[in-house]
Amino acid sequence: MGEKVLMKGNEAIAEAAILAGCRHFFGYPITPQNEIPEYMSRRMPEVGGVFLQAESEVAGSNMVYGAACAGARVMTTSSSPGISLMQEAISYMAGAELPCVLVNIVRGGPGLGGIQGSQADYFQATKGGGHGDYRLIVLAPASVQELMDLTITAFDLADMYRIPVMILGDAILGQMMEPVIPGRRGKADLPPKTWATVGAKMRPKNVITSLSLDPAKLEQHNFDLGKKYNKIADEQVRYKTYMTDDAETLLVAYGTCARISQAAVDMARERGLRVGLFRPVSLWPFPYEALQLAAEESLRVLTVEMSLGQMVEDVRLAILGSKPVRFYGRTGGMTPTPREVLEEIERIVEEGI
Amino acid sequence: MQEQVIFAGFGGQGVMLIGQLVTYAGMIEGANVSWMPSYGPEMRGGTANCQVVVSSTEVSSPLVTEPTSLIALNKPSLDKFAPWVKSGGLIIYNSSLIESPPERTDVRILAVPANKVANELGDLRIANMVALGAYLATTRVVGCDTVLDAMKRVLPERRHNLIPLNRQALARGIEIASVWHSRDQGEVSGAE
Amino acid sequence: MKKVFGRPEALTDVPTHYCPGCTHGIIHRLIAEVIDELGVCEKTIGISPVGCAVLAYDYFNCDFVEASHGRAPAVATGIKRTLPDSVVFCYQGDGDLASIGAAEIVHAATRGEKITVIFVNNAIYGMTGGQMAPTTLPGQRTTTSPRGRDVESAGHPIRVAELLSSLSGVAYISRVSATSPANVTKAKRAVRKAFETQIEGKGFSLVEFLSTCPINWGMSPLEAMKWIDDKMSLYYPLGDYTRVPEVG
Repeated sequence: MGEKVLMKGNEAIAEAAILAGCRHFFGYPITPQNEIPEYMSRRMPEVGGVFLQAESEVAGSNMVYGAACAGARVMTTSSSPGISLMQEAISYMAGAELPCVLVNIVRGGPGLGGIQGSQADYFQATKGGGHGDYRLIVLAPASVQELMDLTITAFDLADMYRIPVMILGDAILGQMMEPVIPGRRGKADLPPKTWATVGAKMRPKNVITSLSLDPAKLEQHNFDLGKKYNKIADEQVRYKTYMTDDAETLLVAYGTCARISQAAVDMARERGLRVGLFRPVSLWPFPYEALQLAAEESLRVLTVEMSLGQMVEDVRLAILGSKPVRFYGRTGGMTPTPREVLEEIERIVEEGI
Repeated sequence: MQEQVIFAGFGGQGVMLIGQLVTYAGMIEGANVSWMPSYGPEMRGGTANCQVVVSSTEVSSPLVTEPTSLIALNKPSLDKFAPWVKSGGLIIYNSSLIESPPERTDVRILAVPANKVANELGDLRIANMVALGAYLATTRVVGCDTVLDAMKRVLPERRHNLIPLNRQALARGIEIASVWHSRDQGEVSGAE
Repeated sequence: MKKVFGRPEALTDVPTHYCPGCTHGIIHRLIAEVIDELGVCEKTIGISPVGCAVLAYDYFNCDFVEASHGRAPAVATGIKRTLPDSVVFCYQGDGDLASIGAAEIVHAATRGEKITVIFVNNAIYGMTGGQMAPTTLPGQRTTTSPRGRDVESAGHPIRVAELLSSLSGVAYISRVSATSPANVTKAKRAVRKAFETQIEGKGFSLVEFLSTCPINWGMSPLEAMKWIDDKMSLYYPLGDYTRVPEVG
């Protein structure tokens, strides 16, 4: 175990990528994630890696596509409007089954929006922001340590399943500092990248494409992707719980909202209210069964998000109407306070929902 | 113990730094800590602030909306954040730049003439450290020596020559707070 | 018996889907010959565009990647920056390169990416059925300029070789055509020079081919060749556009 260091969330992501063996970074500046490309521009030359500031997010994400084709561990990072511009490359990489890590330090939208933290890109990240039948693995860290650990995990998952993996953070997580124990590169037994286009030496040529003009073949490709997604859904569900055992009111929140909700749980417990927190860590695959189980003994569910209510749709799918699911959210870069969440808890408890 | 503090002032007054020093020192002393800055356009010209939590238990929310302490180095910051402070909490304000104390009777209020003291020490830039000294002496959230230790780690090597001056500034802040304490923690205007 | 002419090894043994009279086939062949001559097939990675040449990966024997519309230079950048010893070429049409991918080509060129771009300019969108391209000539009829390209409203055609030649990262640019045996010979020399420029690490290289689209131009193959010589090459003069990069 290494020594604790105090790091900004954005810097922890960047250093985690280096620790995970990522040696190729392509990106374009956008607030509030500029610490990542800045860190990479300093750090990559030190480790013999490549940092390149692209002319746009469109180009940057296609450079990621190229580097992934060539077998590199590669990453790009951006914030909401920039991630919208990357949807083309993301869809192509999903179609061509290319591993890469994408980071979205979410800010308020829609449009140019603002630069304060938000969770309004949940739909885009988990339901397919680009065209076609595809999924990304989406991980939602809630601390600087988790930003580091899950970024390292993301590279392994990407290589293991040949899939783009997205870290869904927000401006608050990106900007805050917390102590971190640096992680280390994870799994070694990953499949070799025999499919990579590195030159057809002593083997037939490799072609990487997402084009398939024969609909029957394309359907089969989609079926194959579907099988892969089902496998991931079986193997890669992640979540955490906090005081859920006897909870009558179950909060569901991820990322920054989970931190705020945890504070609200503590305040509620001080007042004798039995409240717990369920925190999805993988947003796709979403922990439907685990949430259903966690909610079994509770009377009601309250989802807290920095959006108009996006994850709450998955929460309702998990609960399947067996108990009331309420929503509390702030959006546009506003953040709910623990007291606001507490007041909402008290309100729904009083209403007897 | 859970200390939730907001450090606020003009951009350039060094509020981010003193927040980081407390965070760093807390980490060195084995506490759970978090530091959350304001950022973006509001940092350019307007007020800057950072929110710090130092806690013996896991830090849940890194966002401080009900601070136990506020260190306000300018008037806009005091006006904005004084109402947020928890009842029974602490407000330290820079009486060199803020004429009238905050209108709260349910919190402890300490006036620190940070700019004046910094000028006496020969460098206006260490006003933040004077305020920090007063804060450390009042709350004992982290040790003063640990803060100096943290400073060695936070500041680049070429800036280490500034540490003695910063130590002096901290000491003056501590002194101001001690005088205040000895006067039964009533509201006083520091050493002016 | 001595074999004096055959299929280059860098080409696969499949019939292409290109229309009669289209010079994509000739251009493919020239690239393949150069790859063979330089002996780099095993370390070459091609990038095909969106456009008529989208299936180019079926015709070459080297590793290939299919890029999204216009992004081939960005994809090539990602590959080359990962495999600096490889030979990377983009094969792009006029819509792909000069319209939707204008930003990507300009920035790959100005960065001096050590890649080779084969730019096939036939003044029209072929695959989608003959719409106006960024390189469609003034007055030229297409399905989206039925009265002929009106530069007042549709703007002027882009001269890519001239445009990129102002950038310091560019090491070699030439405009060629394949309308006659002599022109084909010149074109091959240009392609070879472009690949050599990349291999020698000098910077960005591009060969612009004025190419035919008899079907969408509504001409016979011969008329199309003649139209390049008589019309297109007046707006787009053939020749070398490399400038010596400024110092300092």
